[in-house]
Amino acid sequence: MDESGGRRRFLKSVGALGAASMPAAAVAQHAAHAPAKSEKYMFLAPAEVAFLDAAVARLIPADDLGPGAKEAGVTYFIDQQLFGGYGVMAKMYRQGPHAEGTPQQGYQSPLTPQEVYRTAIAEINGACAKQYGESFDKLATAQQDEVLHALDEGKFPLDAVPARFFFNMLLDNTVEGFFSDPIYGGNRGKIGWKLVGFPGVAAVYTPYIEKHGVPYDALPVSIEDILQGKSALDEHGHPKHVLLVRKD
Amino acid sequence: MATKLKAVDVVVVGVGLSGSILAKELAEAGLQVVGLERGRWRNTDPDFAMPYAHDELRYVKRHELMQDLSRETLTFRNNAKETALPMRRLGSFRPGEGVGGAAVHWGGLTWRFLPWDFETRSRTLARYGKEQWPEDCTSQDWGVTYDELEPHFDRFEHLYGISGKAGNLKGKVIPGGNPFEGPRSREYPNPPLKTSYAGALFKDAAQKLGYHPFPTPSAANSQPYTNEYGATINACVYCGYCQFFGCEMGAKASPQTAVLPNLMKQKGFELRTHANVVKVNLDSAKKRAVGVTYIDSRGREFEQPADLVLLTSYVFNNVRLMLLSGIGKPYDPVANTGVVGRNYAYQTPSSVTLFFEDKIFNQFMAAGGLGMTIDDFNGDNFDHTGLGFIGGGFFQAATSGARPIEVRPVPRGTPRWGAEWKRAVAKYFNRSFGIAIQGACQSHRGNYLDLDATYRDSYGLPLLRMTFDRTQNEHKMSTYITNKAAEIAKAIGPSKMNVTPRLEKYTIVPYQSTHNTGGAAMGADPATSAVNKYLQSWDVPNVFVVGASAFPQNGGYNPTGTVGALTFHALAAIKTRYLKRPGPLA
Repeated sequence: MDESGGRRRFLKSVGALGAASMPAAAVAQHAAHAPAKSEKYMFLAPAEVAFLDAAVARLIPADDLGPGAKEAGVTYFIDQQLFGGYGVMAKMYRQGPHAEGTPQQGYQSPLTPQEVYRTAIAEINGACAKQYGESFDKLATAQQDEVLHALDEGKFPLDAVPARFFFNMLLDNTVEGFFSDPIYGGNRGKIGWKLVGFPGVAAVYTPYIEKHGVPYDALPVSIEDILQGKSALDEHGHPKHVLLVRKD
Repeated sequence: MATKLKAVDVVVVGVGLSGSILAKELAEAGLQVVGLERGRWRNTDPDFAMPYAHDELRYVKRHELMQDLSRETLTFRNNAKETALPMRRLGSFRPGEGVGGAAVHWGGLTWRFLPWDFETRSRTLARYGKEQWPEDCTSQDWGVTYDELEPHFDRFEHLYGISGKAGNLKGKVIPGGNPFEGPRSREYPNPPLKTSYAGALFKDAAQKLGYHPFPTPSAANSQPYTNEYGATINACVYCGYCQFFGCEMGAKASPQTAVLPNLMKQKGFELRTHANVVKVNLDSAKKRAVGVTYIDSRGREFEQPADLVLLTSYVFNNVRLMLLSGIGKPYDPVANTGVVGRNYAYQTPSSVTLFFEDKIFNQFMAAGGLGMTIDDFNGDNFDHTGLGFIGGGFFQAATSGARPIEVRPVPRGTPRWGAEWKRAVAKYFNRSFGIAIQGACQSHRGNYLDLDATYRDSYGLPLLRMTFDRTQNEHKMSTYITNKAAEIAKAIGPSKMNVTPRLEKYTIVPYQSTHNTGGAAMGADPATSAVNKYLQSWDVPNVFVVGASAFPQNGGYNPTGTVGALTFHALAAIKTRYLKRPGPLA
């Protein structure tokens, strides 16, 4: 069948025992409509979910290239991270005394990421209500961008932590949620990996690495796929990637 | 009250790259050896098993294999005028924890430092005179030469099955290898890894400009290989989950793949994990170690008497244990006296990123150390007359693993977020690669390690304090060599380039490299070195301090190959001389 760009694509499996071939259109549909997980939030309150849904949708927006961070489930990813070890500073040094230090000395806040999100979101929503009469999630996207830029540039007045400290944490976690394995609740439908062409869990690349300049268009495979038995594996547990081979 | 245990011949503190080799060799020589490791047992199965091994968030961002800072960290400041604050989260460097140490998650680049590196001071003065020497630079000769270390480099490379191409065999320059390297007695044990597209383009451009490209020597074995210990290391499959990860294939050489199968069978060896050594105990004259004190996972304190104490933990712990135990005189940068903590150095990495409109690189197909390198601007391989700095670094078109949480370069000027950022990431994730420049770092009077007066570890002991910033020498060097790398990049023909020399004030936040060096520097003069040329403490001769802590300054290379050579060098001195007649070897 013909696809946009005048390229005819068909599927070929890697290795002798690859998955059955599927028409390209079916693959595309399968990819775009991965079933949404039921979100059982462990840490975030509804107002915080609304804030993060709105904020991550501006940081990585849905556009003509495809879905963005909100559709990828990044809010849920952040919730799960905050509830887990990351949110309470597991493996981090927490003893005092605390001082703000220089930028070169890094994270010095006594607040855990849980506390940072909770206090910063409340402060930002309070300030938005004062200035615009609405919480952040209800603002027009241009106003939301204004707020996010002010946070990014350290011009938004936050009390509990410096504005840029919170913004960097939010951006870092958003990128993590967009590109990490779907097992953590983000990158739903492997949206992030499909956007950039990353195959996820690696196959044996020995036969491919010296094919210089040849695209390797694989359906990405996640840890979650493998645990659910959705990918054929070799004897070391590497997935056998299903390749979309371009024939011009 | 500590429980006193039965005496043994040797106690090894830290079972990583150096500790595993020394323990194996000395146990085989008939000695009773106890290995004390603060972390847990780790092995290919189940610790690095598929599919969990390919999880970027867990290993790169949540530091699964790395030091737990909630128990112990260090404090940091840029200079002595500032107040040091604890490194609360891992950033600039990522030390390991557990059996195998950082050699579990290392990238695998395995270099021999240049002959010049071991004689930095004397060769610089001889070639350029005193005017070339940077102000307050404390870099020095190592007390050992490349020629003395050559057999030990050779043995380590053959133990770890390094894949590479010789450039100088017994003085004869071999095409396709590094013509600047010191003469080697044998070819590498394994042929080079395959060549990535990025590597091929770099090789071509570098050659046209008259430089000397060669495949980067790597501990990712290019074919199945059985070493002298009878351990078999598998062939790399280029999965691209290498640096910061354990290898599910057992194809990256590490203590787990190259040494432990043999070590754990040694009758004379006993491993104790979750055993955190807090002190080396000295006799009343402080001239002899009588053993070590450690605390186990139940908080019980033990005293392990031993005739010989080998400190083989990471740079920071080697130095900290010396300071906590009173081995050697602590360095004082104001009076410029003392040696322990002196000559702390690091690395000066910089980069050139190349962006293309029409080329696809598949940089996610990768291996630790996979790449093409030139060494034309390393060490003293180029004329430094009038340049105002010493040292250099190698340039590598690196194909070491592109995973999108961390590796998603965008052209300079792209916003940090939003639609324009998304478009750039989508476009360039697979249409870019980087030339990594591994700049050297000279030692400087104001850069050092000592004990912090305020912050403590979970046992209540003082943390190590790092005082460090790169100096003008490093900034000038980085500018010069990064611009040279940009010339090669330009010849490859990218549509855009990010040229990023290392110029800013040192920050502990973004990852740079786990190549911390010095603090227990080796040398020929006890006034300026903590250990002699055999890595033996000048003050307490039955203590050897082995690792990159012995580097008097850092070269323009990854340190592990030289750490391996120093390990075998110290071993030879212990086995052939010290055991026969315990006492000072120099």
